[in-house]
Order: sequence, then C-alpha cells, then structure tokens
Amino acid sequence: MSQELIAAFVEIREEDVRRITAELLESGADPMAVLEAGREALEIIGQRFEAGQAFVPELIMAGEIMGEITALVKPKLEQTASAEALGKVLVGTVEGDIHDIGKDVVVFMLDANGFEVIDLGVDVTPQTFVDKVKEVKPDVVALSGLLTLAYQSMKDTVEAIKEAGLRDQVKIMIGGAPVDEHVRVFSGADAWGKDAMEAVAFAKQWTGGQK
Amino acid sequence: MEKDWKTMTAEERLAQRLDGYVNTPGFEFASPEAEALYRERATIIRDAFELKVPARVPVFPSEGFFPTLNAGMSMKDMMYDYEGVAKALLAYINEYQPDAWFGALSLVPGRCFDILDYKVYDWPGQKLADHLVYQMKEDEYVKASEYGALAADPSGFFLRTYLPRVFGALEPLAKMPLLPSIQEMPMTPTALIPFGMPDVQEAFKRLMEAGNEAVRWIQVMGGLGAQVRALGCTDWAGGAAKAPFDAIGDTLRGTSGMMMDMYRNADALIEACDRFVPLMVEMAVGAANQTGVPLIFMPLHKGADGFMSNRQFEKFYWPSLKKVMLGIAEEGCIPVMFAEGGYNQRLEIIADFPKGKCIWWFDQTDMKRAKEVLGDVACIAGNVSTALMTAGTPDEVKAYCKELIETAGKDGAFILTNGCGIDHAKPANVKAMMEAGLEYGRYR
Repeated sequence: MSQELIAAFVEIREEDVRRITAELLESGADPMAVLEAGREALEIIGQRFEAGQAFVPELIMAGEIMGEITALVKPKLEQTASAEALGKVLVGTVEGDIHDIGKDVVVFMLDANGFEVIDLGVDVTPQTFVDKVKEVKPDVVALSGLLTLAYQSMKDTVEAIKEAGLRDQVKIMIGGAPVDEHVRVFSGADAWGKDAMEAVAFAKQWTGGQK
Repeated sequence: MEKDWKTMTAEERLAQRLDGYVNTPGFEFASPEAEALYRERATIIRDAFELKVPARVPVFPSEGFFPTLNAGMSMKDMMYDYEGVAKALLAYINEYQPDAWFGALSLVPGRCFDILDYKVYDWPGQKLADHLVYQMKEDEYVKASEYGALAADPSGFFLRTYLPRVFGALEPLAKMPLLPSIQEMPMTPTALIPFGMPDVQEAFKRLMEAGNEAVRWIQVMGGLGAQVRALGCTDWAGGAAKAPFDAIGDTLRGTSGMMMDMYRNADALIEACDRFVPLMVEMAVGAANQTGVPLIFMPLHKGADGFMSNRQFEKFYWPSLKKVMLGIAEEGCIPVMFAEGGYNQRLEIIADFPKGKCIWWFDQTDMKRAKEVLGDVACIAGNVSTALMTAGTPDEVKAYCKELIETAGKDGAFILTNGCGIDHAKPANVKAMMEAGLEYGRYR
C-alpha cells in the first residue's frame, strides 16, 4: 500500500495520494511509515528533477502534497524522531533581491538529499547571515540572487562573514540565473552553481556526505 | 495610406510599417550625418530581420539602467527625476553610439505608483532603499476559483476585482457596476449610482492624478525618444506584449499558483490563456500604431528551460503564445521574443513558425545551436552575458563577441546584443562590445 502511495505521489496524482494516505491511516498503518513513504517519494521526484524528467511544477506540487500528508499524519503521531542530517546549510537570497523561486528549488533539493536547511528567506542582509552563522553554525552558506545587484550583495555578505572571523568555519556557494565564475571570483565565494543539483553536489562534497 | 488597411495582406502591412520605420517620413534629424546613420542602422536591422546578410551586424547593448547608473543617478532618481533620466540617456547615446536603444519602457514614473499605492511591486523611494531596483512581489492576487470570472470578462474582472486588489487607492472600484447593464433609460440610473459615491469619486480623482503624472512623464520621455532618433539611433521596441501564460502567471496567479494550476485547474488555465490572446495582440499593435515602430518586445518568463517539461510547454505555454505572435505578425508587426534564461530545450518547438516573421532574442541559450535550429526561420539576437559585462575584462568581452559573430552571425540574420539589461556593467566593457561589433561584424 505504501508502494502505491509512493507511485501516486511521484506521478503527482494528488487525489489518489489523499485517498491512499487516509486509507492507510484508517487501516492502522504506522504513521511514521506513511511519512517515510512521502519522504521517499520526495527523494524520487528530486532525482527526476536532477535527471531533467521533473520540473518546477512537480517540485511545487510535491511540496503541497507532502504538506497534505503531514497534516493527515500529524494527529496520529506521538513523537517525531528526527533523522540524522548530512549537514547544515544556511540559505538565503541576498540583500536587495526579493526573488525566491530559485532559492526554493535549492532548499527543496538540499532537503530531499538529507540536509538540514535553514532558509532565511529573501532580501537577507550580510549582518543577518553573520548572526545566523554564529547561531546555527552551518557547514555551508548558500547565497542566491536573480538581479545583477546581487553581485555586490554576495561580495558584501562574504566579506561580512570574513570580518566576523567566521570565514574558515563555513564553505560559501553562490547561485542564481546571472551568476557565473566571474561573479564567484568577484564575490570571494568558494563555488558557484548553475542549478540546484550543483548546490547539492557541493554541499555533499564539503560535508563528506555520501548517502 | 493608399490601400485600405483592412484589405491589405500581412506582407503589405509589414512592408508599410517597415517603410515607415526605415524612412521616417516627415521626421527631422539633427544633421544629414545623423539621418544617414539612422537609415544605415534601420536598414541593417531590417535586413537581419528579413534573414538577409546586412552590410554589418547591428550592435547595441540592452542598456537597462546602465545609462542612469553611469550618470550617477540612484534607482530612485531613475523613477522620479524624468529630466535627469532624459539627460543620462542622451549622454549614453552620444558616448556609446549604439545602433538602437530600448526606450523608456522600463524607466517608469514612481509617482504614479505612489499615488495609486501599487501592491505588486516594491520600489526605491517607497519601501526599498534608493539604490535598489523596483522588484515584483509574487502572490496569488487572483484565486484559482476565479478563472471562470476572469475568462468570461477580462476587462470587467480587471476593473472590479483585480485593480481594487493591486492598487490601494482603487479599492472602491470594486463597486463599479457591470457596464453592459447600462441599457435603456430604465436600467441606466442604478448603474450610475456608484459614480456618485464619495469613495468611488476619490478613487477616480487619484486615477486622474496618476494620469496627469503619466502625461508629465511621457512628455519628457516622448521628447527624449525624438531626440534619440534625431541623433541617428533607432528604436528596438515600439510596443510590448506578453505570453498569455506569463500575463496570467506573473501578476495574477503567481508562479506557484500557476504551476499548481497546471495540475489542479488545467482546462481553466488553458481557456484563460486563449482568452488573453486578442488582448495581447491589441496591446502590441495599439502601441506600434502610436510609436510608428513595428518591433514588439515580448519578455518571456515561465516557459524557460527548467520551468516546465517540453510536454507541458507544448500544452500550456506555447499554443497561446504562438497565436499572439501570429496575430501580431498578421498586423504587420514584428514580435521580438526575449527569451530570458535558457531556451535550449525549446528550440525545436519554437522553430515551428512561419519564416522571417519574428526575432528571437536570447539570454543564456547556446547561440550556436540556436543558429542551427532557428537560422532558417528567424533572426536571432543576443547573448553577451551580463555577468561578463559586469565582472569580465574588455578583452574577454571582445573575444566573446567575435566568437558570436562568427557562429551565430554566420550568413547574417543576427543582432549582437546582451541577454538581460547590463545595469552595472563596466563602461570599458560596453565600449568593447560596441567595438567588437564594428570591428568583426562587417559582411562587406
């Protein structure tokens, strides 16, 4: 039955997912197992995205569907056991830029690949990044931007982290449509990625994460 | 007009519009040299569009906010100091001598939006710091359940539902009557009542105020347009329109809403897109009639690589977009398709279009492949990267342009320009791009 759930989820058959989830829970299935099936489906969708077989609509729908499953499962859940994360990644769109779609795709893919992701949202100041690095001690800081003004904000953020004496404690990657190697050099980041899969690859490489 | 417009073929309409664009009857240039330069530039752009080999490759940056930034103006100044903008643009045209300029489309008047309390964007002078560019705030301004109302009567929906939501000052327009209810004497008075309400009248006063500001703005920008042309520079955009999917997705449903609709409300989404086709054509052609420039700027957003599969593109995005393009071409105008991001996955699909009827302007698409796939169908333009222009060196810019001209520019039908606006580019890199065009771009 949970295989059926995974199949429906991966094919974004929303109604079927709702029905199967309800049936599973009513028939006394372990709520954690239902949740785990959802996670498994997310992972498969992530792999499909990576392979160019799934796209933004599927990621957005996957987020929606997972939310629905969680809402159905939650009342039946006594305690949540948190799985060991591969590493911590602090993500945000840099100061002055309020675009979030690219960032959200990166967050989804990191999450689906087993990272603990702290999403600071959009228009994040260098100081906020610094404060959060101190607070949550991430392994990786990921800076996103869509506008060309983000080049300067990325550089300012990397410098602020450096001035706070935290530069050697984190790896920094940048990404977004107008970003390339020129921008990486300009900003002082460790790496740049052209898509969410590269973000995952760098995060894995830096945290020694092999799944 | 010698022949009645309605009985003319699309080819005749195009020929007449292009003739007006190249020969500008009645327009006075600053000098005979400027006039000769204008004709040369308009001719090479026309030749490239017509898939011919022009005398040389047309070259101009997509100037974005580079001219105002380079003149030391903040983004706030750009939105509030119209005369300053005009001065900066003229200085840019004089210094860099581009073959064409983008025009005032994105140099918007901030006060209009202040007066109306626009919710869809944040801008400098309002919520954003002075140095930041205006930015769109995506949201579900229209709910999925409202597709039926939108498709049934787009103009009525905009007047009574959408505008009151996205402009704080226009909330009272929600009380506007259903205009087709104004029929015969007995039914008319009730429909007039909303116009007598104080809050509705206040909304109209704010609209008049914003309208006055828009007129002040267009007086300066129209004057600027004439001055730019008098110097011999051509226009790259005489009007604008959007893909119906983007028109609904960008500012009505938002990306997330639109992407979910592809699964949850597919038929309603497609119907609404089709309903927007004639509106987009009218928007484009009306502007071209005003400006006398047949080039229609069409910024494409949600159909880019990665946003959706080719199957989804062919089902949801392309059919209504193609109808808009064909509608614009039928009126003798030229859709200039600005494919922001990458369009590598889509090349084969968009190649299915009548020959020599549009221009594809690429941002991050592989230009060599674009030439191979589209070369026989459409003129292609692009794609010097903004990152290169901002962080690269003049030598790197020149080398990239040279390579582009040799590949994408082989046998003509190519325009050398950037992807998205060069905003923060280094002046030396802009010069390098212009030099490269003139140095490597001569066909004869």
